[in-house]
Amino acid sequence: MFGWTGTTLRVDLTKGTVTREATDIGLAHTYLGARGMGGKIILDEVAPDTDALSPANKIVFSPGPLTGTFAPSAGRFEVVTKAPLNNVIAGSNSGGAFGPELKYAGYDALIIEGKAAKPVYLWIKNDEVEIRDAGAIWGHTTPDTTDLVRAETDEDAKVACIGPGGEHLSPIATVMNEMHRAAGRSGVGAVMGSKNLKAIAVFGTGAVTVADPERFKTAVMKARKMIQEHPVGGTGLKAYGTDVLVNILNQTGALPTRNYQDGYFPTADKIGGESLAAKQLVRPKGCFSCIISCGRVTKVDNPAYAGFGEGPEYETAWSFGADCGIDDLDAITKANFLCNEYGLDTISLGSTIACAMELFERGIITAKDTDGVQLTFGNVAAMVEMTRKAGEGEGFGAKLAQGSYRLAESYGHPEYSMTCKKQEMPAYDPRGVQGIGLNYATGNRGGCHVRGYTIAIEVLQNGAVMDPRITEGKAGLDITFQNLTAALDSAGACLFSTFGIGAPELAEMLSAVTGVEYSVDEFMKIGERIWNQERLWNLTQGYTTADDTLPERLLKDPIKTGPAKGEVNRLGEMLPEYYQLRGWDDKGVPSKAKLKELSLN
Amino acid sequence: MAKVLMIHPDKCTGCHNCELACSFEHEGQFRPAASRVQAYTWEREGMTVPMMCQQCDDAACVKVCPTGAMHRSVTRANLVDWDERVCIRCKMCTVACPFGNARYDAASSSIFKCDTCQGAPECVTFCPNGALEFVDDEQQVRSRKKAYAAKFKDAFQEVS
Repeated sequence: MFGWTGTTLRVDLTKGTVTREATDIGLAHTYLGARGMGGKIILDEVAPDTDALSPANKIVFSPGPLTGTFAPSAGRFEVVTKAPLNNVIAGSNSGGAFGPELKYAGYDALIIEGKAAKPVYLWIKNDEVEIRDAGAIWGHTTPDTTDLVRAETDEDAKVACIGPGGEHLSPIATVMNEMHRAAGRSGVGAVMGSKNLKAIAVFGTGAVTVADPERFKTAVMKARKMIQEHPVGGTGLKAYGTDVLVNILNQTGALPTRNYQDGYFPTADKIGGESLAAKQLVRPKGCFSCIISCGRVTKVDNPAYAGFGEGPEYETAWSFGADCGIDDLDAITKANFLCNEYGLDTISLGSTIACAMELFERGIITAKDTDGVQLTFGNVAAMVEMTRKAGEGEGFGAKLAQGSYRLAESYGHPEYSMTCKKQEMPAYDPRGVQGIGLNYATGNRGGCHVRGYTIAIEVLQNGAVMDPRITEGKAGLDITFQNLTAALDSAGACLFSTFGIGAPELAEMLSAVTGVEYSVDEFMKIGERIWNQERLWNLTQGYTTADDTLPERLLKDPIKTGPAKGEVNRLGEMLPEYYQLRGWDDKGVPSKAKLKELSLN
Repeated sequence: MAKVLMIHPDKCTGCHNCELACSFEHEGQFRPAASRVQAYTWEREGMTVPMMCQQCDDAACVKVCPTGAMHRSVTRANLVDWDERVCIRCKMCTVACPFGNARYDAASSSIFKCDTCQGAPECVTFCPNGALEFVDDEQQVRSRKKAYAAKFKDAFQEVS
């Protein structure tokens, strides 16, 4: 077997058993790995009515068939489980070296089920797998946990773990790997916490084999060249990181500001990638097999917010920045470090603090609720302090750690939660960029940008140009991106490699690695299959077409200032066409013919 | 003029493409544990340093080898070569190398050390950051020294 290792590892924490199974190669061919295979495992093995935080839920760590090879920037893995935040199939994607290490240890997927009686961690050294006591490690931050686990296992082991956020079962808790990389969204960290699983350490010395080495090398050299010659993939991301987008989106008039009350932030430049590079960047960093190096190793000298770590990404600079009315990059980076250490999602927490700021300014909550803190927009110290409190689960922080939907709803005002399907939207205002609004509304895991990044065309003009203010053609655009990304995620590739390559290059590399011929059409069909699979799961969770929407603010309240002043999102002009092009009925249910075409039940 | 591999840890982003390219070239598969170059990452510091055989002029591995398996190449300058046919796998070279750049792999019963891919090192080809270079030995000394001289130049320009 090539590309895949052929073995899936299953750990039952209730029984304390470890078993090895042959990877279902038929499913591997049709779902690839990572997000696709993980989702299929959840769909097949977890009953839809399972409580996400109960022992009956399962959590899958799965790399893709390209993971562990030198396909450019294809070293990724996915954490897949029923999501504590919103009951969807959470597929949280992460880079670093953890995914490749799982492959070298010999596994296509790691399935964890049940619940340990007391805190444990998992130690995987090739064929040797142990469930070990984590009593002394529980309670520690993610960097300290990583060091402690390594001291007991191997100094070069790759460690994925939760921090206090996951231990407290926060539905916005992350799984962190190698200290700084996050499987960030939908609360996957809380599932580990609910299973008393503090960490997973992996050390592998095996190989990933390739069906046709010469063909693969040729395909990789071509793909590398295309990425390296691309202005974003080859130059921009390494120089300025993803945070380069701050000024670009602000100039588009689509940088959500003060909890999406506006779409323009006058002092945005102070939190952009150019400022970050000038003030905080120590060096760029790449994940395993990455040729892009968008990661930021950063240092803050300012004594009030001093620290060392990685970040912020664009989304983080926005969530703790413009969305909170804050232009202090040192404070933003500090909040980012805190989130990494406590294991919380920066997008969701930043947006939740912004939501709390709006509730505070509207008088819905007062200093009595916020532990005496004047939680107003632009209050830099309050933002950082609330991030710490959320990490500790202390006072008002415990409410913030529930995410903005639960927070706002508990005060009777869910309309101030800037979420789709209860998950916080990221940093692109759908009033200024129409297509991304359709993507948020139809997103299978709720508010999310990385599963249908229409921004690449609507704003960044990557290979094609479409006016961000129009709705025509956006349904087709969104579907193409959603399908492409589902296949790409499942192959183990990084979304950013699309700044240079596309489905033809990915399908060619995949064919050379696995020995299974994937045409571009088949590759895209795999993505469509995965998207529909996730949709079918959502239907079992009670989601309907009424949930394929945006916060009312984005549909009714125009942007007040900046280049997109006066705009609202015109979702109604796009959604019916989206359903139609998807082969779904007007209730958003996939037709029998479509399911048959995709070999789905 | 002989060429040598030059390491620039300051340019390394920790992507490990060097290890992947090396194991693919030598083993036909992706197995970083079998790579002749090893990049070690310190996550707290966000720093990665690649390490490989320096092809020492006065090589401890050659001196200690009892069979002549580890020897200075007669056909290629600046290469310490390993002859697997005469090697008895005593592993003395792995002990003698002060850098740990000769390693024994039990799985393949081989000594892993850099052979510069016979003069066209794949790690250099696949390093996306210029952190590994294959340069003339004379240039190696000059370029690093000149890079630091440039920093002095900048500092003096500012004050003068």
